[in-house]
Amino acid sequence: MARYLIRELDKIKKKILSLGALVEERVRMTSAAVDNRDVAIAQKIIDTDWEIDEMEVEVEEECLKILALHQPVAVDLRFIVTVIKINNDLERIGDQAVNIAERVLTISKRPEMDFVFDYLPMAEKAEAMLKMSLDALVNVDVDLAFKVITLDDEVDALKTLAYDRIKAAIKMNPERVGYLINLMLISRHLERLADHATNIAEEVIYLIEGEIVRHGKY
Amino acid sequence: MDFAFNRNATTENKGAAEEKTFSVGTDTGSTTIKPPPQQSEVPETVGNPFLETDPRMTCRNVNVYYGDKHAIREVSLDIGRNEVISMIGPSGCGKSTFLRCFNRMNDTIDGCRVTGSIYLDDVNIYDKSVDVVPLRAQVGMVFQKPNPFPKSIFDNIAYGPRIHGLVRNKAETDALVETSLVKAGLWEEVKDRLDHPGTGLSGGQQQRLCIARTIAVGPEVILMDEPCSALDPIATGKIEDLIHELRQQYSIVIVTHSMQQASRVSQRTAYFHLGDLIEVGDTPQVFTTPRHPLTQDYITGRFG
Repeated sequence: MARYLIRELDKIKKKILSLGALVEERVRMTSAAVDNRDVAIAQKIIDTDWEIDEMEVEVEEECLKILALHQPVAVDLRFIVTVIKINNDLERIGDQAVNIAERVLTISKRPEMDFVFDYLPMAEKAEAMLKMSLDALVNVDVDLAFKVITLDDEVDALKTLAYDRIKAAIKMNPERVGYLINLMLISRHLERLADHATNIAEEVIYLIEGEIVRHGKY
Repeated sequence: MDFAFNRNATTENKGAAEEKTFSVGTDTGSTTIKPPPQQSEVPETVGNPFLETDPRMTCRNVNVYYGDKHAIREVSLDIGRNEVISMIGPSGCGKSTFLRCFNRMNDTIDGCRVTGSIYLDDVNIYDKSVDVVPLRAQVGMVFQKPNPFPKSIFDNIAYGPRIHGLVRNKAETDALVETSLVKAGLWEEVKDRLDHPGTGLSGGQQQRLCIARTIAVGPEVILMDEPCSALDPIATGKIEDLIHELRQQYSIVIVTHSMQQASRVSQRTAYFHLGDLIEVGDTPQVFTTPRHPLTQDYITGRFG
C-alpha cells in the first residue's frame, strides 16, 4: 500500500515540475515581450494560458485524490499541502504573465515614448526567483529557498523606483498618462509575480523544515 | 523529470537532539543488568517523555524481560491527568508489553521480569506491599476482543463493585450500574434489558459494556489494548467519541495499530521500536513533523 502511495506521489511530483517548467517558459516569454514590445509573443502568452489552467486543475485533483484515499501524514502530508499551494502560486504567476502581456499589447498600440524605465532587470530578477524557488523544490534546498526570500526585497525596491520614475514622467507629459499608467502596471504585475515566487520558496521551506516561515517569521 | 526527495525526518531534528536533557543510556542506571555484548545501545528518546505538571503515572527506566528476551529497554514516560496517550509501533515493538506493566498484568506471565519503577500518584506499583487486586481496579483494562462475563448486563457491571466492596446495598448497586452505563454511552440502548446476557449484545455494545465494567470500579487510569480492532467503523466511532468524553475524568493509555485512530483520539503519541521508546510528542507534532526517521518511516508506511 505504501509503495502505491509513493508511486502516486512521484506522479504528482512530475506533474508539478512540468507545470513549473511551463510557467517558467511563460515568464521568460514575458521578459522578452516587455523588453521588445513584442506583440506576437504577448498574444501567444494570452492565447496559451488555458494550458496552465488546465494543468493546475489536474494537479489539484490528483492531490485531493491522495488526501481522500491515502490520508498521508508527516512528510507526505506536508508534500501534498505544499504542492497544492505551489500549484496555486504557479497558476497565479501564469495570470500575471497574461496581465503583463495585455499591458504590452495596449502600450504597443500607442506611440513609443522616450526612455522612461527599463523593465528588463526587474523581469530578469523575477524570472531568476521563480527558477531558484523551483530548483529549491527539486533539490530540497532550504538555503536556496531562503535566498529567494531575500531577493524579493530587491524586486520591491525596483518597483518603488519604477513608481517614482513614472510619476515624474506623468508630471512632465500629462497628455501621456494612459500610456504611463499601463507602463506602471507592468511593475506592479512583475512585483506580484516575484511575490508568488517567494511564496513557493516559503512553501519549500515548510516542506523541508516542517516550519511555517510566512509573514516575516524567519 | 524526477527528484530525489528527502525521506528523512525534519532537519530540526539536529537542533532538538542537542537540547535534550534526559538520557536513557544503559550506562546511567544500576549496574545489576548487564546486557549481552552484541546488544545494541538503547537510543535516546526523541521529544520529551516527561510532563511538567503533576503526572498521573511516572515510569522510570522500565525494563521487561521474557526469559532472556529483553522486550522493553530503559523506557521512561509520564502519563498525564485527563490525557489520552497512544502507543504505536510495529508488531513486537513492546507497546502491549509496556501497557501491561501499568497494572502488573505481566505478573501472570511465567518468566517475565520487570525492573525500574512505575508510580501511580505516589505509590510504586511494583513495591512488595502493593496488592494487585485493588491496583487493577485503579488501573483498569479494556482488551482487544470484547470479553463480557457470561452473566447479565447488570451483573457484568455490578460484579466488580461488589467484590471490591464499593456498594453496600441494592440501591447503591443500581445507581452505580446506571451511571457506569451512562458514562460508557450504553445506557439508552440497554436500560430495558439489563437482565439479558451481556454476550448477546453486538460487538461494539459488548466493548462499551467492558468499558462500563472498568469504569464501575472507580479507576484513575484506563488501559486499552486495541479496543476497536474487532469492531466495525460505526462502533469504532462510538468508542472513539467515548474515549474523548472519558478523558475529562480519567487518564487513558491506548495501544493501537490504527494510526488514524491514534491521531484522532490522543493528545500525545509514543512510538516504540524493538523495545525502545523512540519518540514521544504531542500527537499533532508527531503526525505532521515527526522528528525521528524511524517514526516517520513507520507512520508513512515506509517501514522495512
